[in-house]
Amino acid sequence: MITTDILIIGAGPTGLFTIFEAGLLKLKCHLIDALPQPGGQCSEIYPKKPIYDIPAYPEILAGDLTDKLLEQTKQFEPGFTLGERAETIDKQDDGTFIVTTNKGTKHHAKIVAIAGGLGSFEPRKPAIDNLIKFEDNGVEYIIKEPELYRDKKVVISGGGDSALDWAIFLSDVASEVTLIHRRNEFRGALDSVEKAQELKNLGKINIITPAEVKGIIGDDKVTGVVVEKKGEDAAIIDTDHFIPLFGLSPKLGPIANWGLEIEKNAIKVNNALDYQTNIPGIYAIGDVNTYPGKLKLILCGFHEATLMCQSAYKRIFPDKKYVMKYTTVGGVQGFDGTKKEAPKAVVKAIE
Amino acid sequence: MSVDINIKITDRNGETHEIVAPTDMAMNLMEVVRSYELAEEGTIGICGGMAMCASCQCYVKSDHELPEMTDDEDAMLAEAFNVEDNSRLGCQIQMTPELEGLEVELAPES
Repeated sequence: MITTDILIIGAGPTGLFTIFEAGLLKLKCHLIDALPQPGGQCSEIYPKKPIYDIPAYPEILAGDLTDKLLEQTKQFEPGFTLGERAETIDKQDDGTFIVTTNKGTKHHAKIVAIAGGLGSFEPRKPAIDNLIKFEDNGVEYIIKEPELYRDKKVVISGGGDSALDWAIFLSDVASEVTLIHRRNEFRGALDSVEKAQELKNLGKINIITPAEVKGIIGDDKVTGVVVEKKGEDAAIIDTDHFIPLFGLSPKLGPIANWGLEIEKNAIKVNNALDYQTNIPGIYAIGDVNTYPGKLKLILCGFHEATLMCQSAYKRIFPDKKYVMKYTTVGGVQGFDGTKKEAPKAVVKAIE
Repeated sequence: MSVDINIKITDRNGETHEIVAPTDMAMNLMEVVRSYELAEEGTIGICGGMAMCASCQCYVKSDHELPEMTDDEDAMLAEAFNVEDNSRLGCQIQMTPELEGLEVELAPES
């Protein structure tokens, strides 16, 4: 069981900045994110896009913002459960919470802060009737263990970087790789497209375009896929695995079933006070929340995180008095023993 | 001189809305749909209008001359679902006086 003061669900900019604000109050944070790396949309969808409305940064790339936030929070030694989705929450008799992920990892926290942005990013699934039946029985949306495909037949569907990169990689692992895309043109790095073309010429990858996978064949496991190519009759391709790679789409996911008040796909919070939800001890900050006048901006998420941490502190330590300090005065004392503070002036006697 | 245009948008429930869209506020079609709440919040314009999610895909029903697709839009539509020959991304269609009478239908949520 992982234990922490504040469990943050979502490792986007708001979730990451919460670590810093909580750290100033000596509160420890642990983050859960369905993505395999921190940064949320910034690192997953648009790491190379510039952002212009982060205070003090006239322009910063989304990926660089993530890096800076991680650097800023490092001293507070946050814990991460990445690549797992927060699935269930159980309130304990003492008012604390146990949050369990889809992989069974349990987290015990005094406070839960949902900073889930638009939700957890889940694979976009093509509209194939029996697709879900074969999930984990030959249909995979994310490649985690390339060795799973050693000497197996693999069909990959999609036209972006992921589809190209994995088709190239698996050409050395699988016994047969077929890449199927609805268009003749591929949306990927030029190098990858050229490499795929080279491997096709060498007979190491089959590429079928413009075509789509329309059905899956098999009893318990995938044994083949039905492929429709424009202008031709449908054909069956024997395969052990079908890997649709069409990017990720954000969904509110299991959080929607936690008993929280939801409005327009967002969690209602008390913005007059502390961004707490209708369940005491659970807060929602950043793009995932809603209140009158809400703006979905990163800088608004930072503000909400700051106020939320003050409220969390009072909830954890109801009898302690806390006086807010400026970092210019109090400095920053990390959990790792480091301390940053303004250099003290040397006092010299005037002769 | 009016800077508003009249457009028709069929929502995901099949209902057609005749709305007035401003052309002097740098709005795109996705933002117009959001401002009139013609699609549930969180289901349209997810990427914020960067042609990176296809949640604002629409089918253009009228024969207006639209701005040419950028590489980003073309690439996104290559990966999107429910794509038809008249598919465009709403976030890439700026509201201009030339679009008076535009008719579009929102593509299914995917």
